[in-house]
Amino acid sequence: MTFSETPLVRRKLRQESIAKWIFAAMSAAMIIPLVLIVGYLIQRAWPSLSVSFLIDVPARGMRDGGIWPALVGTIYLVVLSLAVSAPVGVLAGIYLNEYAKDNWFNRITNLAVINLAGVPSIVHALFGLGAFVYAAGFGYSIISASLTLAIMTCPVIIASTREALASVPRSFREACWNVGATRWQTIKAVVLPNSISGILTGVILQVSRAAGETAPIMFTGAVYFKAVQRGDLFPYGLREQCMALSMHLYTLATQVPDVKESIPFATAVVLLGAALLVNATAIIVRVYLRSRKKW
Amino acid sequence: MTRDPQIVVQDLRLAYGPKEVIHGISFDIRHNEIFGVIGPAQSGKTSLLRCINRTIEFSSEARLSGSIRVDGEDVQKVKSVFALRRKIGMVAPLPVGLPMSIHDNVAFAPRCVGMTRRSELDAIVEQCLRQAALWDEVKDRLDSLGTKLSGGQQQRLTIARALSHQPEILCLDEFSIAIDPVTTMRIEDVLKELRQHMTIILVTNLTQQARRLADRTLFLWNGEIVELDRSEVIFSEHPANRKTYEYVNGIFG
Repeated sequence: MTFSETPLVRRKLRQESIAKWIFAAMSAAMIIPLVLIVGYLIQRAWPSLSVSFLIDVPARGMRDGGIWPALVGTIYLVVLSLAVSAPVGVLAGIYLNEYAKDNWFNRITNLAVINLAGVPSIVHALFGLGAFVYAAGFGYSIISASLTLAIMTCPVIIASTREALASVPRSFREACWNVGATRWQTIKAVVLPNSISGILTGVILQVSRAAGETAPIMFTGAVYFKAVQRGDLFPYGLREQCMALSMHLYTLATQVPDVKESIPFATAVVLLGAALLVNATAIIVRVYLRSRKKW
Repeated sequence: MTRDPQIVVQDLRLAYGPKEVIHGISFDIRHNEIFGVIGPAQSGKTSLLRCINRTIEFSSEARLSGSIRVDGEDVQKVKSVFALRRKIGMVAPLPVGLPMSIHDNVAFAPRCVGMTRRSELDAIVEQCLRQAALWDEVKDRLDSLGTKLSGGQQQRLTIARALSHQPEILCLDEFSIAIDPVTTMRIEDVLKELRQHMTIILVTNLTQQARRLADRTLFLWNGEIVELDRSEVIFSEHPANRKTYEYVNGIFG
C-alpha cells in the first residue's frame, strides 16, 4: 500500500514541471535587459553623475555643464498635462463605467477612447500643432505642449480608471441601490474607496510616460536651448517654450558635436531614474491602499 | 371593510433581450400578508422581485410590459425611484456585507436620506440588528468590517440593512440558504412580528418555510403562474393543479 502514481500521471506531472520552468524562465528573462540597460547607462554616465549635474545649466554650447533647464521644463510639462488629463480622465472613466448605458453614443465614446489610446505619439504631436499652436493661438509654448501631452495620456487614464472601477464587485453596487441609494451615493460610499488605489496607479504611471515622450513636445513647445539661471525654480512663463529632458537627450545625441561623452548618458540616467522613482511610488501607493482592502 | 391590495401585478411580461422569462402574469398581494413565492430555478422569482423595486433597470437588455402597482401607483411611472426602493426592503439571495463597518452597513441607508445624528443612527442600527437576530453576536464589535463576517452573519446583516430604511414591503429572496436552522427559526419568528407593520414577500426554495410562514403562496414555473392560493390549499393533498402537488412533494418532472 503506497501512494504511487500511474505512468500516465507521472508523465503529466513531468509536463507540469516543464511548463512551470518555461514560464518562470521567460519572466526572469525580462530582468536581464533592465539590469543591462541600467548598468550600461550608469557605467557610461558615471563621470558626470552628481547633484550639481542636476542643478547646473548647460555650458560651452551644451557640451558641458548640467541639465537644470530641461529638468524644470519636464516637471512643468508633466504637472500641467496631468493637471488636465487626470481629472478629465478619471471623471470620464467614472461616467463610462458607472453611468453610461449601453447605447450607440456610449459605444462610440468607448471606441474613440480605445483608439485614441492607440494613436502614435507623433500623430498626437501633429494634432497638437494644428489645434493648440495654430488654431487655439497658444503658439509654441508650454501650454500647447502640456495640452498635447494631456490628450495623449487622457485615454490611458480613462482605461485604467475603468479597469479599477470594474474590479469592485457589482454585488456591492446592487446592495446600495436596493436600499435606495443614488448612483453617486453608491460611488462615494463603496466604489471609489475601493478602487482609488488602481485609479491612482493608473494616473501615476502616466507621469513617466508624459516625461519620456519627445515627439509631442518637439512639435509644440520644446526647444533646444533656453538660457536659465542655475537652480531657478520658476524660469518659464506658460506662454514660453521650454527645454525638456527627453528633447534634451535627443539634441545632445544627434545635434551637438563634441559633447562630453558622459553627459547624454547622465541625462538618460536622470530620465530613467525619474521613471523608476515614479513607478516605485505607484507600487508603494498600491501596496499601502491594498493593505486597507476591505474584502 | 377590505383595503385595496398593496401590490397589483397586471399582465407582467419580462424579457432579457429576445428571451422572455415572465410570460404575462397577474396577481395581487394584500396589506400585511406574508406572500410566499415558490418555484424551481429559472422560473422568474428573482426577476419578479427586481421588477417590483425597479432594480431590473440595471440590466440594460431587460424589457418589461404590463404594470405593477404599489399602493395604486404604477412603479414604472413613479417620480423618485429612490423613494420607491426605500419603501421596499430587498434581501438578495447572496449575502453581501458592504466593505464598511457593521454599524455603517446598517446606517448607510438612513445616512443616504440625510440622517446624521449619532443617537438616532445608533438606535436604528441596534433595532435592525436585533430584528435580524444578529445584535448579540456583533454588539461588541460594530466597528469591524461587514465583509469579514461569516456568510450566515452577512446574510443577517443584509436583512438588517433592508430593514434600516423602514420599508413597508419586505422582499426576502432565499434569505435562509446560508443560515443555520436555529437562527432561521429566530428570523422566522421576527417575520411573524414584522408583518404587523409590513407586507412580506417570501421567495424560497424551502417549500416547508413557505408552508410555515406564508398566508398565500404563488407557485411560479417557467415564468407562468401554475397556482396561487391560501397556503393550506397549496400544501394540502389536493391543490387545484397536480403540478403543484408534485413540486411541493419533490416528485416533479
